Amino acid sequence: MNASSEATQGSHRENGATPSALSAQNVTKRFPGVIANQHVNFDVARGEVHTLLGENGAGKSTLASILSGLYRPDEGSVLRNGKEVRLSSPRSGLSHGIAMVHQHFRLVDRFTVAENVVLGSKGLSFVLQPKDIEAKVSEISEKFGLPLDPRAVVGELSAGQRQRVEIVKALYHGAEVLLLDEPTALLAPPEVVKLFETVRVMTSAGKSVVFVSHKLGEVVDISDRITVMRDGQVTGSVKRGEANAGQLAELMVGREITLAPRRGTLDPGDVLLSVSQIHLSHDQSQNRPNQPNILSDINLKVCSGEILGIAGVSGNGQRDLAEVISGLRQPNQGEITVCGLPIVGLGARATRQAGLAYVPEDRLGTGLAPSLSMVDNLLLTRDRGFLVDRKSAFIEAEGFIKKLEIKTPGPLTPTRKLSGGNAQKVLLARELFSSVASRVLVVCSPTRGLDVGAVEAVHALLDDARKNGKAILLISEDLDEVMTLADRVLVLYRGSIVLEAQGIADDLERVGQAMAGLAS
Amino acid sequence: MNSNVWLLTFADAISIATTLILASLGAMITERSGVINLGVEGYLLMGAVTAFVIGDSTGQLWLALGSAIIVGAAMALVHATLTVTLRANQIVSGLAMVIFGTGLSQFIGKPIEGKSRPVIIEKIDFGVLSDLPIIGPVIFGHDPITYATWLLALVISLYLHRTRPGLILRATGDAPATVDAQGVSVKRIRYVHTVAGGALMGLGGGWYMFARAAAWNQSATTNGIGWIALALVVFASWRPLRAIAGAVLFGFCLQVPFTLQGQQINILPSEIVSMFPYLMTLAVLVGLSTPRARRLLGAPKMLGQPFVRDER
Repeated sequence: MNASSEATQGSHRENGATPSALSAQNVTKRFPGVIANQHVNFDVARGEVHTLLGENGAGKSTLASILSGLYRPDEGSVLRNGKEVRLSSPRSGLSHGIAMVHQHFRLVDRFTVAENVVLGSKGLSFVLQPKDIEAKVSEISEKFGLPLDPRAVVGELSAGQRQRVEIVKALYHGAEVLLLDEPTALLAPPEVVKLFETVRVMTSAGKSVVFVSHKLGEVVDISDRITVMRDGQVTGSVKRGEANAGQLAELMVGREITLAPRRGTLDPGDVLLSVSQIHLSHDQSQNRPNQPNILSDINLKVCSGEILGIAGVSGNGQRDLAEVISGLRQPNQGEITVCGLPIVGLGARATRQAGLAYVPEDRLGTGLAPSLSMVDNLLLTRDRGFLVDRKSAFIEAEGFIKKLEIKTPGPLTPTRKLSGGNAQKVLLARELFSSVASRVLVVCSPTRGLDVGAVEAVHALLDDARKNGKAILLISEDLDEVMTLADRVLVLYRGSIVLEAQGIADDLERVGQAMAGLAS
Repeated sequence: MNSNVWLLTFADAISIATTLILASLGAMITERSGVINLGVEGYLLMGAVTAFVIGDSTGQLWLALGSAIIVGAAMALVHATLTVTLRANQIVSGLAMVIFGTGLSQFIGKPIEGKSRPVIIEKIDFGVLSDLPIIGPVIFGHDPITYATWLLALVISLYLHRTRPGLILRATGDAPATVDAQGVSVKRIRYVHTVAGGALMGLGGGWYMFARAAAWNQSATTNGIGWIALALVVFASWRPLRAIAGAVLFGFCLQVPFTLQGQQINILPSEIVSMFPYLMTLAVLVGLSTPRARRLLGAPKMLGQPFVRDER
């Protein structure tokens, strides 16, 4: 820890008279169907690191977007140095010295570092002076401890180096307040250490940093203050030294479960899905030797009449696990059996035929063909004869519409015109009832983006399927959902299973901590 | 057969390359902004017929060429409106322009069918220099537009790689969202470069009419060289100076059948020899069409993709 930067930060915090560098007052932002931010207050002082902590969908990215000018708040105001500012675009945010570094970098891969940094700068001469630009870029990168070769081509840099380019770019354009959205998500541990050093140099130079993160373990070290958000509201705020990981975990996830829990009523039957010692490493061609495996040593068993939940913060290997089990990707090693048949290496179609149905996270696109009607989507997974039997599929579709109360003009309407909940019902209907005798179901984030009514309906469907003896693997980033439905819960963190728990409220705290990487 | 004949063929190839360079420079700057314009053949035909008609009625060479430029720009403006503002499919709009340009030029060209060109672009007289062996006909035997075209390729190359607007243009074809986030209008950049590109194609057509085609020919005035220009863009990997070399190569292929015919050399039927440039075009497009090849060549990443700002 850098002692001098500590002192600087301290003096800023004690000086209460100075207005905050940037603050949001009573900000509310609504998107169709959700309130992303509700009466949120947040501020960051000069020279301070203030972390916004929360789960996915808690509203922290929305707040950061409002602070940087990407979104406009429906209510409330944004203040820069105590004066209200109206930010109409990221550009206008930048003109007030506010810059956001996005999780997905906005860089031109083919350009050099220097070209990326100066792109769009108004201060450039008509004819570029590469030497001057490179010198200026080097100056900034050295000053803030961001080693970069200004002539390197961005497409060849690692994630950590690209992030440095983004930060240098923000500083070049005159940023005083930097909003870093999930800055550690793509970084290897040594790069995280390096990033934290840079953050300290920046704050000791009087810049303010807002750190947006869901990784509890990391932020405690770097933050002067931590504000926790949940469901669009601020649930608590703690200062450095007061931060206690357990308490923060509770603020993040420790809410009452609002939905009535559903549990399996049958004793679990035969093991229908068995996964043992699955390893999946990064694509060798991508040349990222530092990165750990995407999945390491995954073992799990799902029995008939049981829902096994996989909890975890997004990006910890959930999607990869689902794709490996459904046969879309081949693991580097390990075995998977579906209803007793080994399926590794056989591909998605053979896996389906073995009795596995798959409801991917991306329901329109991967799950359903958006421009095709419900009838055609049902036909897609039937036996691959040369001729299709539209008549029976039409009748089947009508049956589903009635039974599941799917709101649609008719079975021939393209599925993209359906609401999220109704599209999910169509997909679930196909995977549960229409597919070739599926006995195992893999579902990913089945209720993401759905309203409460649709969530209830989807949960009821999954519960019914369990009662009918299916083995269900529920992979979801929504902890409520997992705790509500699952008979057993596994927590996935950085590609490994770090905790096995019973799906009961008593385990909630342990599960939350494991999700944040604090499992003992 | 003497070597002089082949020298003249080469000089002719350099001359015919002018249209190829103009058209491919036009396509190149359009594509650098992320817009693909497949209508080149239509633009050339419209440029040619416009130049002919205006030249015929006024006798003014430069007025005729200016009109060809305006017609090309106007067609490109329609393409830009359809694809950038209305986000229509760029391929479809481009092909529609080919059909439109072919049809309209034939309609306009009906009364002038077979009529010989009203004005000619004179070659520049370099005096003694033109009489030099080899260099004379190859370098000092052309008209002002040809030299201007070479200069233009150099200017566009410098513009792309050495200027601020050029930097933004290259970024727009690769990462429009990044450009947009910097507060620069992607739409404006795409409009400007699509229209400028169309203007160059129109000029290419007009020049071809006066410098290469003896008369307006309803069925085969431009002989499909608009398509060759499109292949040339890929062949030159979106770099203006390479387009000159590529255009001369393609121009040579276009010229060889005439030379062979003139020399009464019948190794292959002339129909087969005439196919060479087009076969080469096909080979280039097929050979360089894999995503990997395109990436290595430096194809703009977002080529053909309409830009929509990502908002919830």
